[in-house]
Amino acid sequence: MSALAILVPVAVAMGAVGLAAFLWSARSGQYDDLAGAAERILLDDDD
Amino acid sequence: MASRDLGGGLRQTTLSVPEMRCAACISKVERALAVLDGVELARANLSVRRVTVNWRTGNGPPPDFIGSLLSVGYVANLPSSGEDEQDIVLSHLVRAMAVAGFCSMNIMVLSVSVWSGADPTTRQAFHALSAALAVPAVLYSGRTFYVSAARALAAGRTNMDVPVSAGILLAFLLSLYDAYAGSDQAYFEASTSLLFILLVGRTLDHLMRRKARSAVAALASLAPRTANVLRPDGAIEPVPLAQVGPGMRVLVASGDRVPADGRVVEGSSEIDRSVLTGESESKKVGLGSEVRAGDLNLANPLVVSADVAPDDSALAEMTRMLEAAEEGRASYRRLADRAARLYAPVVHGLAALTFLGWLIHTGDLHMSASVAISVLIITCPCALGLAVPIVHVVAAGKLFERGVLARDGSAFERLAEIDTVVFDKTGTLTFVEAVLTAPEQVPGEGSVIASAMARRSKHPVSAAIASAFAGHERELPHLQSTIEVHGKGIEARSGTDVYRLGTPSWVSAEHKSHSQETLSTAALSKNGRTVASFRLVEALRPGALALVRWLKSRGFDIRLLSGDAAEPVRSTAALLEIKDFSYGMVPADKVASIEKLRKQGRKVLMIGDGVNDAPALKAAHVSMAPSSASDIGRNAADFVCLGGGLDTVADAIDTAARASQLIRQNFGLAILYNAVSLPMALMGQVTPLAAAFAMSSSSMLVVANALRLRWPSKRRHGALGSLTAAEANR
Repeated sequence: MSALAILVPVAVAMGAVGLAAFLWSARSGQYDDLAGAAERILLDDDD
Repeated sequence: MASRDLGGGLRQTTLSVPEMRCAACISKVERALAVLDGVELARANLSVRRVTVNWRTGNGPPPDFIGSLLSVGYVANLPSSGEDEQDIVLSHLVRAMAVAGFCSMNIMVLSVSVWSGADPTTRQAFHALSAALAVPAVLYSGRTFYVSAARALAAGRTNMDVPVSAGILLAFLLSLYDAYAGSDQAYFEASTSLLFILLVGRTLDHLMRRKARSAVAALASLAPRTANVLRPDGAIEPVPLAQVGPGMRVLVASGDRVPADGRVVEGSSEIDRSVLTGESESKKVGLGSEVRAGDLNLANPLVVSADVAPDDSALAEMTRMLEAAEEGRASYRRLADRAARLYAPVVHGLAALTFLGWLIHTGDLHMSASVAISVLIITCPCALGLAVPIVHVVAAGKLFERGVLARDGSAFERLAEIDTVVFDKTGTLTFVEAVLTAPEQVPGEGSVIASAMARRSKHPVSAAIASAFAGHERELPHLQSTIEVHGKGIEARSGTDVYRLGTPSWVSAEHKSHSQETLSTAALSKNGRTVASFRLVEALRPGALALVRWLKSRGFDIRLLSGDAAEPVRSTAALLEIKDFSYGMVPADKVASIEKLRKQGRKVLMIGDGVNDAPALKAAHVSMAPSSASDIGRNAADFVCLGGGLDTVADAIDTAARASQLIRQNFGLAILYNAVSLPMALMGQVTPLAAAFAMSSSSMLVVANALRLRWPSKRRHGALGSLTAAEANR
């Protein structure tokens, strides 16, 4: 029981971090241009 | 130039760049804009083919974005207003789904350990944690359903969302009580996983509609949305179509469409009205002639003075007819809603009876409530909520690969019910094709050179010549310094030889210039001697006859409604073996004939392309338009067929028939599942574990059944394939 009291909240918290990361990335427009993201990796940004 | 104020003098403009396709395009477009004075940021979005520019020029004019993009080879135009709005509904659905998914999965893990026998203290702790996790799912993710259910109840109706909302909320409240009272069962996982599965179905449904909408919008953005307005000082300014008002003078280049109703004040030309009226012959216009928005200028540049506001134009009149026609179709109820109308009262009644029955029988309030809730949960249309959208999504995806866009899920249901097919003629069954009028002295010489030259021009006549001889074209490397002379044709040089392709009197002095000369003829000359002549004729679209025969073999009644004159309609009908045809119809006549058919109890599929067909497309039970259709025609249709052929129509009808069969099977599966589980729930024999297992397995079964739609059906290809072969052999 004492192990559960630590591990279960830790597991839920890790899941919550993942959820927060997803919500943040969706909100900041990272899924707006998936086709463009795939192509932009071919561009050189230094010029 | 339309722009949005971002504050602090910074403005934002969004441009549509339809031809942006690759990484190189992104960098070219962004660099061309970034070097302009005052531009702070240019960011291209490849998925929607748009570029967003943030700029700051004080009070000066905006930088020339469109000109700068044109200089690097990209045609850009202003998207029409309303297209820019971000999809708020989708982002809300995705967030709600993510929250519900996270909560329900964690609760499920906790519940499994409770079911497999946790000791009382652990169970208590897990129930408390589950309750905490269920709160965001029930309060945040469930909002979509509560709002919809509340709206339906307020209007005195009931829909699928009413039992869903009642089930979720009651199960949550009872579980809260149970967790607080320390009993050994709680239903948190049932109410949250129900939410999650329903949200998946709803998101899929929304995504499908959005994909089709944005594909149609991408087609529309190929057509210019701006008009070139001549300012009094002689400057040419691009203005969004909606802002063209009375008194403005608009430049209409050859190959462009007239942006607004008005009169010609400079120049003379020929216009193609087929999109507006269905007439296949082009018309001459000169000083003072009336032109209408949507007319295609075939020859010389014209200056048109707009004389009505956009609201009074012929096009706006058509839009009003469209809205009127729409009301006829509103009487159609989606299958899922029809099912809900029967379903919701039955479920509510059963749950209420169960509650009363158990209360009278045992006198135990808590026991009765928990049995009634398990009835509500187990009969919740979980599989039903997924059954219909998943089939629509799979069907739409399958048709998309074949080149048909479905705009709405209910279109499949309607398409599966049709018994009558009504065709438009011009642009739908026929298209303009160039043919050689005289045999060439050197076979192939004229047509090869003409098609090579024609491909360098965007003029409609060039396009017809280029596509007619597309089979035997080869690039001629020695053909160079091509120039296009407006209203005359194209001139190209090859060594010392001069080739001209265009109006007969211009390409060669052999032809006398006369006023009867129409644009339906063109000639190719080499050093002033004519080597080939072409005539534009109306030809049947490939696959038209095969389609008509296939439809007849399926027992559909076929009609032809055209705005064109009697003779061309009669000959097309004869070629296609269509007995029932009408000619000279204005848009209102077309709508009236469709209304008449509908009153006879027929379900009509309308296939048409022009502006004149748009009200009829909306009035019909279900409608289709080729991608070459006018904007307004495409927007009125339920299905848009990409590519030139008509064979995709058969694909769409066939897929709709299979989709409706699968939906029925899915309903059958869901009802079977209810028939088995409901008596057990009524008896109070369903444990939460069994309910959760049954619920998810029925959902998976329904999804798996829908995926069967992707399996190829060989039967149909045999049918249309052999007909096409027979046509080819004739």
